[in-house]
Amino acid sequence: MMHDILTVAVISAVTVAVRFLPFVIFRKAEDVPETVKYLGKVLPGAVMGMLVIFCLKDLDLTAASHGITELMSAGVTAASYLWKKDTSLSVIIGTACYMLLSRL
Amino acid sequence: MSKERAYNRKERADDFRLALRSTLPVMAGYLVLGIGLGFIMRSSGYGTLWSAAEAIFIYAGSMQYAAVGLLKDHASLLTAAVTTLAVNARHIFYGISMMEQYRDAGSGKGYLIFSLTDETYSLLCDRELTGKAHDRKRFFITVSVLDHIYWITGCTLGGLFSSVMPDVASGAEFALTALFVSVFTGQWTGTEDHIPALTGVNCSLLCLVLFGKDRFLIPSMLMIVAVLLAHRRKEHDA
Repeated sequence: MMHDILTVAVISAVTVAVRFLPFVIFRKAEDVPETVKYLGKVLPGAVMGMLVIFCLKDLDLTAASHGITELMSAGVTAASYLWKKDTSLSVIIGTACYMLLSRL
Repeated sequence: MSKERAYNRKERADDFRLALRSTLPVMAGYLVLGIGLGFIMRSSGYGTLWSAAEAIFIYAGSMQYAAVGLLKDHASLLTAAVTTLAVNARHIFYGISMMEQYRDAGSGKGYLIFSLTDETYSLLCDRELTGKAHDRKRFFITVSVLDHIYWITGCTLGGLFSSVMPDVASGAEFALTALFVSVFTGQWTGTEDHIPALTGVNCSLLCLVLFGKDRFLIPSMLMIVAVLLAHRRKEHDA
């Protein structure tokens, strides 16, 4: 019990520490080196690409379905975004598409 | 003071509605994943209080899934710390890219930093979205608190109900994938410079093949940073 509580406390502490790290290193805006500012500008685009791959990492292209449900739903999500430029709407459409396809 | 008064009730309501609307995808994803986590915790012998406490104090989905294994195996505290570091290292990135936006966030800044999950980040790094709010600082906080509430609610519900997930809802967790896909698409159409996005996708795919799905995140991040920095140097030289 005690060990469990400590485990949760350690996980919490490390999670918090990781999230605070950059803010602690660069306390003031002037402290932020140009290189880090540059990374701050280009990382959102790169990270979002990484998160998309991360979400699709369990796809089994060799399985019978070839992960077609996920890929098609992701495609529908992107297409509906291009169509309406509305994040919430395309999430609803994409998720509905996934829930429908995975039940067929 | 005059600015404070200018932020009237209507604008406040507008901001709240915008926050509620933009966090809807996160609500769907967090409720489903949180409930799933609550189930797993319960079936491993950790009840509602544990799920709720983790949701409040850890508030990192993939790490909480990993934590179930650590708890069950009575892993050492060092193992717990190292695993957490490995699973959550990507959050350092989010901090770096939010540093400027959060600079003047005021009294809520600590909470904003604490609650910067993948999903909250994907909403708040979008300057077009946050630019629509009348009061950006308050909007940051509202989005962060709402997302946290969804997660705590999901994890708690999962711990409370010992039955299995209602079949109607299965697949709703795809909302998080869809969220990242549409934010990615939005970023893609919003810029001429597709190098960052292509770097992110290609490095991640390469590392997924090289290192496997359980170990590719950290190498991907290192490679992304290396490629982007090399790209910058090349532009400087040109």
